[in-house]
Amino acid sequence: MELLLEVDHLQIAFQTDQGELISVDEVSFELGSGETIAIVGESGCGKSVTSLSIMGLLGTSGSVIQGEIRFNGSILTDCTENQLRRLRGSEISMIFQEPMTSLNPVIPIGEQIAETVRLHQNKSRKEAKAIAVDMLRKVGIPRPEAIIKEYPHALSGGMRQRVMIAMALICKPKLLIADEPTTALDVTIQAQILELMKQLQQESGAAILLVTHDLGVVAEMADQVIVMYAGQVVETADVFTLFRAPQHPYTQGLMKSIPRLDQHKKEQLFAIPGAVPSLKEIPSGCRFHPRCPLAVGRCEEEQPELISAADGHRVRCWMAGNTEQIFVNHTVEVTV
Amino acid sequence: MSVTEIPWRQDAAASDKGEEHEQPIHEIESYAKQVRRKFLKHKLAVWGLVTTLLLLGIGILAPWIAPYNPNEVTDVFAARPSLMHWLGTDQVGRDVLSRLIYGTRVSLIIGFVTVALYVTFGTLIGMLAGYYGRWLDMLLMRITDIFLSFPYMLVVLVIVSILGANISTIMIVLALFKWPTIAMLVRGSVLSIKEMDYVRASMTLGYSTPRILFRHILPNALSPIIVNATFGVASTILSEAGLSFLGMGVKSPQASLGNMLHDAQSLTVLTDQHWLWLPAGLVILITVLAFNFVGDGLRDALDARP
Repeated sequence: MELLLEVDHLQIAFQTDQGELISVDEVSFELGSGETIAIVGESGCGKSVTSLSIMGLLGTSGSVIQGEIRFNGSILTDCTENQLRRLRGSEISMIFQEPMTSLNPVIPIGEQIAETVRLHQNKSRKEAKAIAVDMLRKVGIPRPEAIIKEYPHALSGGMRQRVMIAMALICKPKLLIADEPTTALDVTIQAQILELMKQLQQESGAAILLVTHDLGVVAEMADQVIVMYAGQVVETADVFTLFRAPQHPYTQGLMKSIPRLDQHKKEQLFAIPGAVPSLKEIPSGCRFHPRCPLAVGRCEEEQPELISAADGHRVRCWMAGNTEQIFVNHTVEVTV
Repeated sequence: MSVTEIPWRQDAAASDKGEEHEQPIHEIESYAKQVRRKFLKHKLAVWGLVTTLLLLGIGILAPWIAPYNPNEVTDVFAARPSLMHWLGTDQVGRDVLSRLIYGTRVSLIIGFVTVALYVTFGTLIGMLAGYYGRWLDMLLMRITDIFLSFPYMLVVLVIVSILGANISTIMIVLALFKWPTIAMLVRGSVLSIKEMDYVRASMTLGYSTPRILFRHILPNALSPIIVNATFGVASTILSEAGLSFLGMGVKSPQASLGNMLHDAQSLTVLTDQHWLWLPAGLVILITVLAFNFVGDGLRDALDARP
């Protein structure tokens, strides 16, 4: 498989009133074309920041201070704003969590989609409109010729997310970043949107970087999974290995907190105690140790490296390999 | 007892299309229709609109509807209203009705041109400050504050007396002191709009900054600007009338609503020759009221978001 995206020891900092805050640290992963990789973690663990850094959209206060992002032969972290702008929307594009607010309320849908085509592909107004209609039909919107004249408020959430997907994929990008694409949707619509994304991926061969906290979505979509905690990658493996044999206590905790149908009614839903530490007070040693049931003295003092536990399975934990006896291992069945 | 197996359709593509709950709801009235309906419900606003259009018509058609040349001296001085001169003549013998019609034209031109000038400028400044933020915002907003801290009418009087009173000076000077309100208003809207997902989305699609500013942010900030501009026309007309009344505005022989009132500074005119100032005063009152009612109506109507 051809290597498309390489994130290499990425470190991202934000300038704030309280000084520089390291939001993402030592994040590395690779993504081949046609592959899907999922970044999983609690809110505030740096998954969205990582995805925005690929687009070069960290805003004025954020910047990549170490490491490189390589995409399709060019080094994104060294690109100028103009070079990045040409990539955005044509080579790399993105869909957002909130379909209700991601479309401009004062511009008809067809025009919003056609605008992207005209910008990146030098097409005439008429050609762009035809391409937009085709794309809308492809994402399963009925009567696209009529819909292109509608304003976003006339569409439901699911329809709007389809329009967003159409906009993101219309220039046939090589990489699609999906930032929690189904979180705001009804469960029934969620499945349809995921199905649509998979289908379009098969047609176009685009790679997908999926940012989510929904392990069900991960199981459905991903080939590779990256688990992030407090700005670091704590575990990475292919999806089957990760669900079958999670090694990091945090990953195991995440798996355990999925509600299960066969759970006893009186039994409380599992939650990892504590909360993600704030960036201002990152714990010493292993960042997860204050919440970890397995923490020993060493965890508090030394930061573990991301070590290889098996082929393609890497874990950032001192106890890696010895954790299974504590947490009961279970497979997660997800029906979407 | 076993649960009957439900035959779910497995074909996802088929279930994607044509689902009833995913059809667009066509009964939702369009934004424009909603605005029109709300505006028409506002009786005073409708009256204001009709009056405004009427005044605009008078202004545009002035050369054809005025019975006399407004600057022409006839042979009767300070004559009472009569069939010859419906609103009488002034102290140098000019027809008051004709002057009133031309004065309305001048006042409206000043109102609209001034507002166009300062709304354009203020919107640009506000968008730059709101979008780029940081030091540019700081700089532009402090300049705005400086302009707001002047005792407006006094400074205008001084500048006009230095540069000389004519229509273009008045328009520029009035605009110079009115753009800060628009700039602050637009800055506020842009600050909130630039955080919207659709602006972030347009960044991820590779749109350039001017395109994002003018095509994606500005249309969403337009309704408060329109409302403010409407009120602005009324207040500009009032300011011009004030300046002209003080003799620092439009100079005779050119007529404006304000300098027709100038004559009323004399006590004899005020007490005995009411036809010289009462019509001009009434027209100012009606014009300003009409624009304010339209502004009120627009504010309520444009506020309605789908």
